[in-house]
Amino acid sequence: MANLVMTEDETMLADAARGFLDKSAPVKAFRDLRDAGKTHDAKMWKEMADMGWAGVLVPESAGGSDMGHAAAGVLAHEMGKTLVVSPFLSTAVIAATALRNVSDARAEKALAAIATGDVTYALAVDETSKFNPEATSMVATREGNGFRLSGKKTFVVDGALADRLLVLAKTDDGLTLFDIPADRAGITRNAQNMIDARDSARIDFDNVEATGEDVLGQVDSAMSVLKPAIEAGQAALAAEMAGLSAGAFGMTVAYLKERKQFGTVIGNFQALQHRAAHLWCEIEVTASAIVNAGRLLDEDPDNAIMAVSLAKARATSTAQLAVQEGVQMHGGIGMTDAYDIGFYMKRARVGAEWLGDYGYHANQVAKHRGF
Amino acid sequence: MQSNQELEGFRVELRDWLEANCPAEMRGGEASESSICWGGKNFEFASDAQRDWMERAASKGYTVPTWPVEYGGAGLNRAQEKIFKEEMDRIGARSPLDSFGIWMLGPALLHFGSHEQKLHYLPPIARGEIRWCQGYSEPGAGSDLASVQTKGEDKGDHWLVNGQKIWTSYADKADWIFALIRTDREAPKHKGISFLLINMEDAGVETRPIKLISGASVFCETFFTDVKVPKHQIVGTENRGWDVAKYLLTHEREMISGGGQGLSGGRALGAVLNESLGEGQEMETTLRADAMRCEVDALATGLTLERYKDQAEAGTGAGDASAMLKYMGTELNKQRHELLMAAGGSDALEWDGPLGNRPADWLRTKANSIEGGTSEVMLSIVSRRVLGLGA
Repeated sequence: MANLVMTEDETMLADAARGFLDKSAPVKAFRDLRDAGKTHDAKMWKEMADMGWAGVLVPESAGGSDMGHAAAGVLAHEMGKTLVVSPFLSTAVIAATALRNVSDARAEKALAAIATGDVTYALAVDETSKFNPEATSMVATREGNGFRLSGKKTFVVDGALADRLLVLAKTDDGLTLFDIPADRAGITRNAQNMIDARDSARIDFDNVEATGEDVLGQVDSAMSVLKPAIEAGQAALAAEMAGLSAGAFGMTVAYLKERKQFGTVIGNFQALQHRAAHLWCEIEVTASAIVNAGRLLDEDPDNAIMAVSLAKARATSTAQLAVQEGVQMHGGIGMTDAYDIGFYMKRARVGAEWLGDYGYHANQVAKHRGF
Repeated sequence: MQSNQELEGFRVELRDWLEANCPAEMRGGEASESSICWGGKNFEFASDAQRDWMERAASKGYTVPTWPVEYGGAGLNRAQEKIFKEEMDRIGARSPLDSFGIWMLGPALLHFGSHEQKLHYLPPIARGEIRWCQGYSEPGAGSDLASVQTKGEDKGDHWLVNGQKIWTSYADKADWIFALIRTDREAPKHKGISFLLINMEDAGVETRPIKLISGASVFCETFFTDVKVPKHQIVGTENRGWDVAKYLLTHEREMISGGGQGLSGGRALGAVLNESLGEGQEMETTLRADAMRCEVDALATGLTLERYKDQAEAGTGAGDASAMLKYMGTELNKQRHELLMAAGGSDALEWDGPLGNRPADWLRTKANSIEGGTSEVMLSIVSRRVLGLGA
């Protein structure tokens, strides 16, 4: 069993990330971005790339910092605390992990471009309102040496602005993963007006040309590349949601210590103390599942699936509790747009759905436990 | 730190030893309070296999694997302890011996006891020869434990103890009791308590079982009337027994939190539920959904128990967070048994019926969130000491 205590390196990474984000990306930065109608901060992403975050899973040979999945989780956790908007999960975690599982010169080049922050990716998998990659119905029809892609994808996170798309489609004897530029002829992207004010798109593919070169890994066997990428994304998203929970909880406890009613701070009331204490317990328990998933992805990636689903399930239920308790304990002010706690609630809802909801992951855990 | 090679060597050796020494009857099955091997002079073994397993494990120090060898343990470090747990879980081995001596008094003695006390009291615990019970609560001191009134008068070479304890689990079967005794009535309530060790065979000690909702009588009342307790039977310093009591409570809470199976490495809840269903019966949808949630929470809570042990190894103890483990673990164990009852349906409604101890075990778990500090006391500890809420 993996050691579940944060290493000295991880603690240092978390402190460094916190220092940078408190200065460059407090919740106020997210609010400003939203008020300006933007979903991406190119300058900040470049700064993150310069610090090695974009290349966190890119091998050093391709210019990355190659810190591993546990470290990626540490970064995602810190970003979650202050609702940082970036292509970190889509590009630095999911796309980088997929590319890393392909060994050819083209993948090596793409990884190098990720590490420098020069290219961003989005994962186009969902076709219905629920995550279920195995049930993909979009078709890639063989044509000469290449393919033609036709169909629709939805909830493509970071999909409106990404430079490239990872697209999952059905081929003759299975599923195939394509890596294509987002501006290729026949692709229509419609940005979705999301509750969390972040980038997501519905994307139509109308007879889009793809060559054999565009296939990531082998034809008909997308999962050997996609499965580790999705698991890495799920674990990092779980870490982000754990950070989000901690952020919402921190705000809430601070409010309990400052808001006065009935002539005393409301944190003196046992009804609220016990609710806050229960929430803290849930956050503590979830933290263990997050560390465990990161460790297994680094140490035994072929057998990490249950740990990853456990982390995503726990992170989802904990984040949803944290934001609901957060709004309730803030009272009326928690309902206002001027106050930040509502941002946490909306992000938690989107995070809960992305890459599989609570039921999806709890079901995975149950299957691995034999029922 | 050992090399991986040495650790793997330990694993192989342990696996062979378990294979050769853990009787088949002592593997698998849902743990039940009635299947625990408690040891002690009054204990009746359920089978030869149970006795053999306890004695063989004790001969290797495996009843208390992390205790030092000189006190009856196997002296395992944290890495070896993890392997020990993994290998025990792998074959579904039951714990060879469980007792309040192992869970509670042992850790307190290892921390506060003198070398002579450790040599005298610990090995008989490890060998399952002496069974201990806990004299903490009193009729007027439940959640407000520090207001204990059982008094010990200083008589020079001994204390003269008078008073009453309640909820003394298994006092009627225990050989010795560790008790909180007020030795200074003038001092503030936390500062006048001593932690004394008392032989249950001494004149003036009397115990009466209390019949519980489960039909069993695991809890007792224990009365002390002019009991003479020699001065050397104190753990720690006179009137500073609260420090020992609190330290012991953190271990008690960790023990109770892990008491339910399925927290880590134990049997999957769903598998147990499936067995309860009749032939060809499918698990009903809402039961399965509840079971999934319980399983997810139990696995994560089990990882948290392990994470805190890793932290303790790294020098940062769980401290007040043991209240969190106790709260989460016991609430989960109650849920688990609610689900087991639901899966059992009407078969689970008979005492000693088709599902054996299931209803009694179910009722027993209701005490988990009361004993060792209620869930509400645990939440108050977290909110005050961890979150800094309230005065």
